[in-house]
Amino acid sequence: MFSVTAICKQIGFNSSRLRCVATLLALLLSSSVCSSVWAVELQSVSFALIEYADDPRYRTEVTDARYQAQPWGRLDTAVELAIQESRFAAQKNGIRFTLTRHEVEELSELPALIQRLQAEGTQFFLLDLPAEGVRLAAGAGQGRNTILFNLSALDNTLRDQSCQPNLLHVVPSRRMLTDAMAQYLISKKWKEVLVLHSEAEADLRYLESLQGSAKKFGLDLVTLKPYTLGSDPRQRYQNNISLLTAKDDYDVVYVVDSTGEFAVDVPYAIVKPRPVVGASGLVADWWHWAWERNGAPQVNKRFKKKAKRQMTGYDWSAWLAVKVIAQAMLDQSATDHHSGSADSLLDTLHSEAFKLDGAKGYPLNFRPWNNQLRQPVFLTSLNRVIGRAPIDGFLHPLNNLDILGSDRDKSRCQLNLGAKP
Amino acid sequence: MNVLVKAFNSIALVSLLLAVQQSQANSGYVFVSSEKDDRVTVFEASSMDKVTAINTSERPRAMKLSNDGALLYVACGDADVIDVIDVASLTVQQSIEIGEDPDRFDLSPDEKFLYASNEDDGLVTVYSLEEGRKVAEIEVGEEPEGVLVTPDNRLVYVTSEVANMVHVIDVQSRELVENIVVGNRPRRMLLTPDQKQLWVSNEVGGTISILDTSSYQSVAELSFSLRGVRPESISPVGMVMTKDGQRAYITLGGANHVAVVDIPANKVIDYILVGKRAWGIALNQDESRLYVTNGKSDDLAVIDTERLKVIRSVPAGRVPHDVVVDD
Repeated sequence: MFSVTAICKQIGFNSSRLRCVATLLALLLSSSVCSSVWAVELQSVSFALIEYADDPRYRTEVTDARYQAQPWGRLDTAVELAIQESRFAAQKNGIRFTLTRHEVEELSELPALIQRLQAEGTQFFLLDLPAEGVRLAAGAGQGRNTILFNLSALDNTLRDQSCQPNLLHVVPSRRMLTDAMAQYLISKKWKEVLVLHSEAEADLRYLESLQGSAKKFGLDLVTLKPYTLGSDPRQRYQNNISLLTAKDDYDVVYVVDSTGEFAVDVPYAIVKPRPVVGASGLVADWWHWAWERNGAPQVNKRFKKKAKRQMTGYDWSAWLAVKVIAQAMLDQSATDHHSGSADSLLDTLHSEAFKLDGAKGYPLNFRPWNNQLRQPVFLTSLNRVIGRAPIDGFLHPLNNLDILGSDRDKSRCQLNLGAKP
Repeated sequence: MNVLVKAFNSIALVSLLLAVQQSQANSGYVFVSSEKDDRVTVFEASSMDKVTAINTSERPRAMKLSNDGALLYVACGDADVIDVIDVASLTVQQSIEIGEDPDRFDLSPDEKFLYASNEDDGLVTVYSLEEGRKVAEIEVGEEPEGVLVTPDNRLVYVTSEVANMVHVIDVQSRELVENIVVGNRPRRMLLTPDQKQLWVSNEVGGTISILDTSSYQSVAELSFSLRGVRPESISPVGMVMTKDGQRAYITLGGANHVAVVDIPANKVIDYILVGKRAWGIALNQDESRLYVTNGKSDDLAVIDTERLKVIRSVPAGRVPHDVVVDD
């Protein structure tokens, strides 16, 4: 990790290496006050970003449409930004972070890829994959000295039945998002909800989350109406927004649409003068470029400078995953045991003292029962953050952030890592 | 009627004269910067009546008086300048170009150099006040905030909110000589009067790191706990210490309180309710009054340090940030 001779080579002392070594050693042994903090050779430690070539979220026409709470571009820039920001923490541990990108054509290639990278020494995996991909990659990455980060998959089951001690969810679950929205609607007394949803698998799962949230906070889902995309007149009761919204009484329309394509047309197209929430209008998101507090403007400015676009929740997840490792290393550097191995870092970040700054205003850490990152969720319009959940007045007996998502006693995952209740 | 007015006038005149006599060197003002309306509001310290509001460059935040009290420096983040206010005329005399988004700053004890943190760039800009130009930029962690030049003019301490460190810069070589790990999102710093300890407020960590200035080791960590306030709302930022080093006052941001620390006993002895998001903090000369800016309730709280109670609350512009007392 630390090689005096290597420094000598670098500064061109080849002919009289011995003298250089002596000089450097003397410098090191003497008062260190004037030595630069960078004069140590750093070992490279990589983050492997795992991507899916056919990910429909990244089709150009989709990213160009900039749907709310959808990614607006691949996540490599966010990782690079976090690596840049973590250089001092890395340097304290004698290392330097790098990014490697790996793309699979088929999700079935994932287990082999993960195992090959593990064998080559990669410890940190950033999974920008659909839920099925996360499940496959995590299955292959079980066991020792590996930390996998779920950057994109919202599926509740990944936090429940499919949870795993070394799989960390930095992206919120669907249930955290529907809980956040439910709190907001209750706080506004918009309790009667007309729900429009598609029959797509992801939307049916979202609907289940919404039903759970409605029950938890007291929303009345007056009617659930399936919609289809299209303009076939024979299906007009499923594809015509006016017909879908004409009959019922409701305070608010909740559009469930994991692609954003149907939802984008709903505001101002419904029959009654009511707000639209869900996948357009007011949207639950875990980051927004317009958040003005907690140092967020600086993060957004740095990201925009590098990526030439605004930062989304998915970018935030990727950015944060690197920060998790950097913070755990920093915490270790203040103690006697800083091995920096993935296993020891897992212990550190599962300790009760672990606190992470996500520029959203609360100290963040992981739920010890299912490895979900505790975090506030924003309620956002296109260009503004309207609210931040937990909304004032919604309280949890232990940690207010645990009012979002599946709580310890409700979770079907009981990892019981590190921290005590 | 006329007689009454005259009598009133002469009383006012006498009290004005008395006020001038009492504070010969100092202006008798309290200055409050407010970030959203680009102003520094000036109050008469004795009455807390508003004297005027000085228009500044965009987003004024940190402020500092020159040693002789003649100039008030104000970092204006969105204009990339430090405005220099002439205290006698209460007007902006000059705007120093200091690089992108200056956050906080400090002057060298001899007032030859100004060190400012550039929030966006992860830089500390060194500006020569004698030559009137930028003389160096030093790379530090992202979102540098607190800047403190040691009284012996040897070192500059800078916090980085992103790196979670205090960077130690050697004044001579202008290089980083040490990176000290502190808590989460370190904001402000202060040196104890004996200069043996450096206190660092960790906003997200919710603690104060206390470092030994000779070894850079952590000697203690101060934490806070208030009845009815969630630990995650406790976000310490501003700090002041009495000249005898016996007591410190710390603003707790979102917890809306000021913590009162008994230093010899090493414990928090009281929490004073102030206003929403308390950040800026300053003591007056005789340390009988404490002033706190509340960024989310747009006011300035005045605290009686004997009774540890808020005695006044005055409107102080949109998002008041910093306060300087020159009574």
